[in-house]
Amino acid sequence: MPTPRITATAAAITLAITACGDSTKRTETTHTRMSEPITLVAYESFPSEGTSVNELLSDFADRTGIEVEILIAGDTGTMLSKAELTAGNPEGDVMWGIDSTFLSRAIQSKIFEPYTADGLDAVPASLTNLVPNGEATPVDLGDVCVNYDVGALEALDLKPPTTLDDLTDPMYRELLVVQNPASSSPGLAFLLATIDEFGTDGWQAYWSNLVDNGVQVVDGWTSAYYGQFSYAGGDRPLVVSYGSSPPFEVLFAETELEVAPTGVIESTCYRQVEFAGVLAGTDQPDAARQLVDFLLTSDFQAALPLDVFVFPANADVELDPVFQEYAVIPETSRELDPSAIDANRETWIDEWTDLVIG
Amino acid sequence: MRGADVELSGISVSFDGTTVLDHVSLSVTTGEVVALLGPSGGGKSTLLRVVAGIIAPDSGIVRIDGVDVTRTPTHRRGIGMVFQDNQLFPHRSTLDNVAFGLKMARVGRTERQRQAGDWLARVGLDGMGSRKVTELSGGEAKRVALARTLVNEPRLVLLDEPLTGLDLKLHNKLVDELTDLLRATGATALLVTHDVDEAAAIADRTVRLDEIQNAR
Amino acid sequence: MNRLPGGLVGALVIVPVAGLAILYAWPFATLVIEAVDKESIRSVLGRSRTWSIVWFTTWQAVVSTLLTVIVGLVPAWVIARFDFAGRRILLGLLTALFVLPTVVMGAAILALLPDTLDRTVWAVLGAHVVFNLAVTVRAVGTVWEHLPADMEDAAATLGAAPLVVFREITLPLIRPAVAAAAAIIFLFTFTSFGVIRVLGAPGTRTIEVEVWRRATQLGQVDQAAVLALLQLIILGFLAIWSARLARRHSRALELRPLARPQKPRTRRDKTVVSIITGSTALVAIAPLTALVIKSLSTPSGWSVTAWTDLGSTEIRPGITLGLNPLDALANSLQTTAWATLFATGVGALASLGIAAARRAGRALDAGLLLPIGTSAVTIGFGMLITFDTAPYDWRSEWWIVPAGHALVAVPFVVRSTLGVLRSVDPQLSLAAATLGAAPTRAWREVVVPHLWRPLAVGAAFAAAISLGEFGATSFLSRSGGETLPIAIEQLLARTGSLLQAKGYALATILAAATVTLVIVIDRTGDLAGHSKARSGTLDERHADARR
Repeated sequence: MPTPRITATAAAITLAITACGDSTKRTETTHTRMSEPITLVAYESFPSEGTSVNELLSDFADRTGIEVEILIAGDTGTMLSKAELTAGNPEGDVMWGIDSTFLSRAIQSKIFEPYTADGLDAVPASLTNLVPNGEATPVDLGDVCVNYDVGALEALDLKPPTTLDDLTDPMYRELLVVQNPASSSPGLAFLLATIDEFGTDGWQAYWSNLVDNGVQVVDGWTSAYYGQFSYAGGDRPLVVSYGSSPPFEVLFAETELEVAPTGVIESTCYRQVEFAGVLAGTDQPDAARQLVDFLLTSDFQAALPLDVFVFPANADVELDPVFQEYAVIPETSRELDPSAIDANRETWIDEWTDLVIG
Repeated sequence: MRGADVELSGISVSFDGTTVLDHVSLSVTTGEVVALLGPSGGGKSTLLRVVAGIIAPDSGIVRIDGVDVTRTPTHRRGIGMVFQDNQLFPHRSTLDNVAFGLKMARVGRTERQRQAGDWLARVGLDGMGSRKVTELSGGEAKRVALARTLVNEPRLVLLDEPLTGLDLKLHNKLVDELTDLLRATGATALLVTHDVDEAAAIADRTVRLDEIQNAR
Repeated sequence: MNRLPGGLVGALVIVPVAGLAILYAWPFATLVIEAVDKESIRSVLGRSRTWSIVWFTTWQAVVSTLLTVIVGLVPAWVIARFDFAGRRILLGLLTALFVLPTVVMGAAILALLPDTLDRTVWAVLGAHVVFNLAVTVRAVGTVWEHLPADMEDAAATLGAAPLVVFREITLPLIRPAVAAAAAIIFLFTFTSFGVIRVLGAPGTRTIEVEVWRRATQLGQVDQAAVLALLQLIILGFLAIWSARLARRHSRALELRPLARPQKPRTRRDKTVVSIITGSTALVAIAPLTALVIKSLSTPSGWSVTAWTDLGSTEIRPGITLGLNPLDALANSLQTTAWATLFATGVGALASLGIAAARRAGRALDAGLLLPIGTSAVTIGFGMLITFDTAPYDWRSEWWIVPAGHALVAVPFVVRSTLGVLRSVDPQLSLAAATLGAAPTRAWREVVVPHLWRPLAVGAAFAAAISLGEFGATSFLSRSGGETLPIAIEQLLARTGSLLQAKGYALATILAAATVTLVIVIDRTGDLAGHSKARSGTLDERHADARR
């Protein structure tokens, strides 16, 4: 009986053709991708176009023939989780911005291919010590601090708070917005700052007080800063952001400003070191390594303060005057021992989640 | 028990612009059994439903024992009604079907089971109380429907083609039984049928619907 | 069914069987075997938060179900008992609402509610009720229509007041339908994901949301797997329990002829009908209207900027959300096209096979239903952690998302076609056979042509499912490959900005597309002249259109 066989064969062939047709196309794209752009995966506050960071990346492309595409993958926490779930078959080739609070998780889940970048000599030992075996490359550092909106506090006839404890003062009721430490890197840094201040047994009580005082929690930095912070159009004058946020506001002010319109509460600052790395499983490891090298060059590092609002990891780079004038560089930032963070991160986040958002 | 007396005056009902009843007037005195004859689809059933309070008339007045009940809801009219297809409750046992009205009248459980059992015996279904109503034969179901209506001792019984669709032998048997039951209870009854012989056998008086329409 | 050669039947079902084994059974087994160990079980079960999430998941599902059933009985009664202008449109509206993607429904309720109610459990319950109203109305309305009004009147003549009639007569008789509706609604609300993500406060989590959170935010794949399994076990027990209950309470209810719905006659009837119809229509239309309004309401006043500038998600010069709504639209269209093709092709083969092979066919039919009973998040999650090693590293393959969608869409294609296949077959192919055609030929010339229209209905269902799928996609989609629901969820999180207006604009597009598909389904289905066969399974088939 030939008929059914023909029918079945025809069906199989149709399926095969459909499948082949598309797989050919895919192969082509994969092929073109081999020689063409590599993808830099970054957190949501990384500039995707129009800044000198982007110009420098295109210079890099002109020089090396390696085009760099930027892929924004959400908050640091989300970006890392995606990388973990796609480990070995990454969404890009290089990742920018895993910070010291998340680093151990990234190392454990082997999302990076170990690599010792060429310019690493210029990076202080305090940073390179965090990654003794080239697990990742330190590219910048910064402080996470509570920022305040100068004008909004004046309008409320309030002095800026100066300590973490002040934030629980009813005077500042319903004025603070923070990020969820589960998904957001500044959120986690702020939680760690409170653990540093009040100890592993005391931070819970502090956060209960914050909750009683009407703290607001959002998922990520952009929602907090651009959604809720009063200076950016929201209605809360206190926000967890970066020590470098005030110069940002000066630079991007619509009218020229003499004084920064926002300020930083120095005693709340927590030090973050951010890392870049070659994503394990990239099909262009050479190009990816070249890009990581480039990220450490003085030229690129010099552009970081004004475009990404972080301090360069490369010690040879001199800071831009605007940055020197308006950025707050706390004399002592808070820091927790990486191994302590590693051992307790999940417990702390779980505890915090139960306590604060239920 | 004394049957109710019923007075219908100027009852009109129309559905969707079509007049079904046009100023119908009718008086039934206490204990009287009246058969209402007419072609099918002629509005007999509608009239019965107006008396029962299931359909509200566009105009006209229904009086039971001299009281205007036109706006009284069905469950407060104190009437009983037997439907053409019985409308037994399929989720209740035969006994519970018969006892339903007593339950509504808040008769105690043991008492209503006793009375319902008595009524089942009276219609010749002694001991069949635990049967599923879905398993009853046509004649049995009809007897249960009669018992369910009469157990409450309504002073006015409405019967909507109660014996239509039964085979001849059963029909004739039930005509006799129904006549006896109605006589025995002394209730006033309004019987809708298209069967002249049946009407003559059961009723004291036969009325044709077209005779009582437009009687202003 | 006319006997077909066994080899052909085998060839027909090999694709659906293989698809089910590879895309469902394997990931599922992997999830259980690889990710679940003593350690992860202990840490999940030992955490008190787990139990409070289980508790929340359960009570919100119970309350949502009760509310939906109770509220839904009112329009169900009107639709069962009365014939009025717009009766069919009202049913269609409710159905469209039910098929809306969860994210869109969440967005619509978010748009509708005053700010004080946003992100509260009330918003979640409200969304669940509006969402599932159609289940109650359709499932209960259909049975209620068949319950003679005379039976209720008979109870009234025996002295039962209206509420007593409902309690003693109507409710017991429509209870199987009520229970069936409640079971479906419970399943949906118990595994609620999109609605909670969009409408819930940060701490509002169902098990489904917690699976997603553990896996994608905390990177605890093992614990997420334990939670997914826990959810499945709870649902399994509930399914067994409800099946037992249904068996115990099942009664042979002879299906009576339709008690024809009546035009409302008295002024009282007319008032009641118009109030209920009006408010039901309002409940259905208001959220959709709110979507459009919110898409036009930007921080700088009324404007169409969100629509004209849809392609940009710039937050500040140089800084973007990293997602392009227009790309998301394109991604969605592409994904939907492939998912529809996969689902329709596989579904057609499967239903031909099921109809041809009796007992084995029934097993395949049941097997294909499994993915629907499994939560979407679990499916996506399982696929992600299974297809991660070469040569089965398929995470970045273009077909993985459409395949995931097809997995849940295939049963709907099968449901659409199987009924027609079975009803067509006995008469026609027998007739053909008497005319001397060989079985295969009779089958090909007589049965196959009848497949096109039901296949079109099935394809439309598959498209609707794929367009709105959120749970599995939130695991499977990669950065840059976001579909509309994913983009909507991300945009809506940007409170008070133009980005949020863009989220509403996308939600409007998605809602319009879904409603169009429902209209197509309704029209095509009717033309096929199988409306009776259809109505019974319609809810079942709509059921998953919104994962």
